[in-house]
Amino acid sequence: MDMIEVHNLTKYYGPVAALKDVSFTVKKGEVLGFLGPNGAGKTTTMSILTCLFPPTEGEARVAGYNVLEEPIKVKEHIGYMPENISIYTDMIVSDYLSFVAEMKGVPSKRIKNDVDKAIASTELEDVAHRGIGKLSRGYLQRVGIAQALMGDPPVLILDEPTIGLDPMQIIAIRKLIESLAGERTIILCSHILPEVSQVCERVIIIDRGELVAVDTPGNLQKRLITTDRLKAVVSGARNKVEKSISGVSGVKEVNAGEETPVGTVYHVMLEPQAEIRAEIARAVVGGGFDLMELKSEDVTLEEIFINLVTEEREA
Amino acid sequence: MRNIWAIYKKEMRSYFISSIAYVILFIFSLISGYFFFTIAATYSTMSLQFGQMPHYQELLNIEEFVVRPLFSNLGVVMLFLIPMLTMRLIAEEKGSGTLKLLVSYPVRDGEVLVAKYLAALSMLLAMMLLTFPVPLFLFAYGSPELGPLLSNYLGLFLMGGAFISLGMFASSITERQVVASVLTFGALILFWVINWAQNLTELNLGIILEDMSIFTHFENFTKGVIITHDVVYYVLFTAFFMFLAYTALQSRSWRSK
Repeated sequence: MDMIEVHNLTKYYGPVAALKDVSFTVKKGEVLGFLGPNGAGKTTTMSILTCLFPPTEGEARVAGYNVLEEPIKVKEHIGYMPENISIYTDMIVSDYLSFVAEMKGVPSKRIKNDVDKAIASTELEDVAHRGIGKLSRGYLQRVGIAQALMGDPPVLILDEPTIGLDPMQIIAIRKLIESLAGERTIILCSHILPEVSQVCERVIIIDRGELVAVDTPGNLQKRLITTDRLKAVVSGARNKVEKSISGVSGVKEVNAGEETPVGTVYHVMLEPQAEIRAEIARAVVGGGFDLMELKSEDVTLEEIFINLVTEEREA
Repeated sequence: MRNIWAIYKKEMRSYFISSIAYVILFIFSLISGYFFFTIAATYSTMSLQFGQMPHYQELLNIEEFVVRPLFSNLGVVMLFLIPMLTMRLIAEEKGSGTLKLLVSYPVRDGEVLVAKYLAALSMLLAMMLLTFPVPLFLFAYGSPELGPLLSNYLGLFLMGGAFISLGMFASSITERQVVASVLTFGALILFWVINWAQNLTELNLGIILEDMSIFTHFENFTKGVIITHDVVYYVLFTAFFMFLAYTALQSRSWRSK
């Protein structure tokens, strides 16, 4: 059963199109990554799904309810954590969660129990009786997730839940999201690829309001190998090193980069699907140079977009 | 209903935690106490002076010389204090971004507004309740009529409720509390003095201006007269600005089209 159905969604802000004909569905229990650079239309899509404003054209349904016709029903089925969440700074964490429980229609008798459960699952015990205004960003994000969990909604929409956190906190939040998956349908918005690829079964990539790709993280990764690049740090004469690296079969191009104390950085462009790190290492060492470092260059999200968008246009 | 109650509790808690409630209640009690003291003391001196003159003694009565001027003044105090009470209602949530989360819960915009209106109205009631020493003293040392006193309280309540609805509207069209406060204050003053121009215009427009003035309708209540026309004015005034506030809150859904 499809928990979320989006058909030909289009949204204009004045003359500017924020979303152009976007369609996708999310199955019950699925964890979907919603990926895109800033301003791609992620938050616009999520705002439409949470009935903050209606689409210009198209239709969206959550748990079978149309966002235009039955917004209250839709909201009852969604736990939403907006981007850059801000919560009443003058309230205490547990009071705030009780307030949300009440708003979500949790029966009075169950409120205390549900609040305690949400606090436990988001590990907020230490700050449960502290003012929200005094919390660190990491705790605040967790309160954001805890409030989304109130009323036990079947759909969770988390918009950039790890933004502004340090690496340790990011790992903690990621684990938390993994633990929430299962029965629930989750949409996780992010502009960071590894964050969604580790948690999500399927990833949607959106750029400038248009759907660019829908695939599993594994398949996306494979498609990205076409842009595979290596970074090598080698000490020795520049032109000779370049020559010995470009001599290896499978190397498309070698560009010398900046100087570091231990040697020169070379950016090596590879043929698609080529796994020739060992050959390159042998060629460098065989040429009598010192290989200080050799690794795959991280493909940035921007490059993925450039890649996917150009692919689209060629097609 | 449950949503209204939940938001109402949140708003009331916020009034007291942020100390707005304490400051406003304290200042209002101080000012109303001072007004009552000076007005009552003046009345008492007058009573002594005119006590020997039976002709004047007939003219002296508590309703006309204490209750009426006191409540007229309290009405003006409300004009200053209610914008402070209402400015945060929506503007604060808009400015800090909490509104986005609030409307993501299964709640209607109308429920949000009603809950917030009721919270501000409760503050108004609390202010009025704190004037309890006034009737206590009057009944202890004089023999005022209960009717006019009640009509004064009713008038103050209806007028305060109307002030709140205007404040709510001002708060719903901006993200800045100060802007909301200045707008409310300015609009209330305009509604107060709008009838001053009645002699400068033709008769029909003059009548309309007179009828639009927010204090004209308070006048009868202070005299101890409750007229349906005045009650309807305040109820319509309140409904009109609550509707505008509702439209402003809803505008997020069509403004971006």
